[in-house]
Amino acid sequence: MTAVLEASGLGKRYGHKWALSECTLVIPAGKVVGLVGPNGAGKTTLLELSVGLLRPDAGSIAVLGGQPGTSPSQLARVGFVAQETPTYAGMSTRDRLWLGARMNPSWDEALAEARIEQLGLDSRQKAGKLSGGQRAQLALTLAVAKRPELLLLDEPVARLDPLARREFLQGLMEVVAEHGASVILSSHLVADLERVCDYLVVLVDSRVRLAGDIDELLASHHLLTGPRHDRDALPHDQQVISESHTDKQSSLVVRADDPILDPSWSVEQLDLEDLVLAYMSHEVEADRRPKLEVRS
Amino acid sequence: MIEFHLNKRSGVAPYQQIVQQVRHALRLGFLDVDDQLPTVKEVVATVAINPNTVLKAYKELEHLGLVAARPGVGTFVIRTLSDDSLAAHGPLRHDLKRWLEKARQAGLDEESIEALFRDVLWSTSAQGVA
Repeated sequence: MTAVLEASGLGKRYGHKWALSECTLVIPAGKVVGLVGPNGAGKTTLLELSVGLLRPDAGSIAVLGGQPGTSPSQLARVGFVAQETPTYAGMSTRDRLWLGARMNPSWDEALAEARIEQLGLDSRQKAGKLSGGQRAQLALTLAVAKRPELLLLDEPVARLDPLARREFLQGLMEVVAEHGASVILSSHLVADLERVCDYLVVLVDSRVRLAGDIDELLASHHLLTGPRHDRDALPHDQQVISESHTDKQSSLVVRADDPILDPSWSVEQLDLEDLVLAYMSHEVEADRRPKLEVRS
Repeated sequence: MIEFHLNKRSGVAPYQQIVQQVRHALRLGFLDVDDQLPTVKEVVATVAINPNTVLKAYKELEHLGLVAARPGVGTFVIRTLSDDSLAAHGPLRHDLKRWLEKARQAGLDEESIEALFRDVLWSTSAQGVA
């Protein structure tokens, strides 16, 4: 299966600061990808590079096999919903759909109409008068009606109340089930993504810390608690992601493909949120360690 | 038609919850042979989960020989888990309700009731009584 996004050594700099650096990623097609990380980690930068709003300062990026934003046909294959789901405030829903139809060769009029009706939007109402949830749904409608192969959404639910959030994700999943587009959506809250995504990319401090299939990630990470252990005493195939120790007890998050056999550990499964947090805290610790250390 | 409800904090994977809920409905007779399961689109539009999660659950149910996909139509029940004992459910449910009333009157809370029930269930099945 081809990759929807392939980045190699990708970097973007604002002045002296790298917003994204050494980003190497291959995201397979047909996934709903959660792009998570704290605010300022580089999520928006990666998405804007993918859609072609930004140009790389280092490395390369290919989206659906092409260079982002370089041709009308490439633009037509990618749908993008920017942060805070902007729409033209003075334009009515009807006019906005008309504009969408005029500007997109593959516009699906029936899909757009059906969604607007399902949402119960008054097509004469101006976008500026819509609620946050309605505006997000309108932005999603515009992005999916062009029938993209890849849909990119930047923090689509961050500002929505819990009900609007749920309705938005229901609508998004319905579109995925019906039309089968690949999706990449970002959020700083893992809980928002847990159910809807099947692939995860964790960005911390402008770098990719973790990427993979969620089921595989959950199956290969374990929380170990037991009497105090030295991390060097662990088998080589167990990679320590995060650790905390008291004088008597150790708690480790480890990545290991094989079962944990040491009976002195009590082994528990992690949920997705704990797993992501373990990688984020690891980054903090890694920064404190001497720079000479080789990170595997 | 049944509707799925997913529990976020149960620790059971969402696809497993769907499998369990179908098995549960088959056991209690809410679902019968030839009944249709909701389509993937219908499920994701109500519970907002990844379509692949639903597909995975339906595949597992197919593998268990409980449902079959009819291309272009949907997924249908081909075998039920309820048996002749289903007729006995009514009176047993009635007795259980009365027992629960007694337990509550005796001051047991939900947790104590569940603990007591499980304890008796285990001890009797261990003896080969159940």
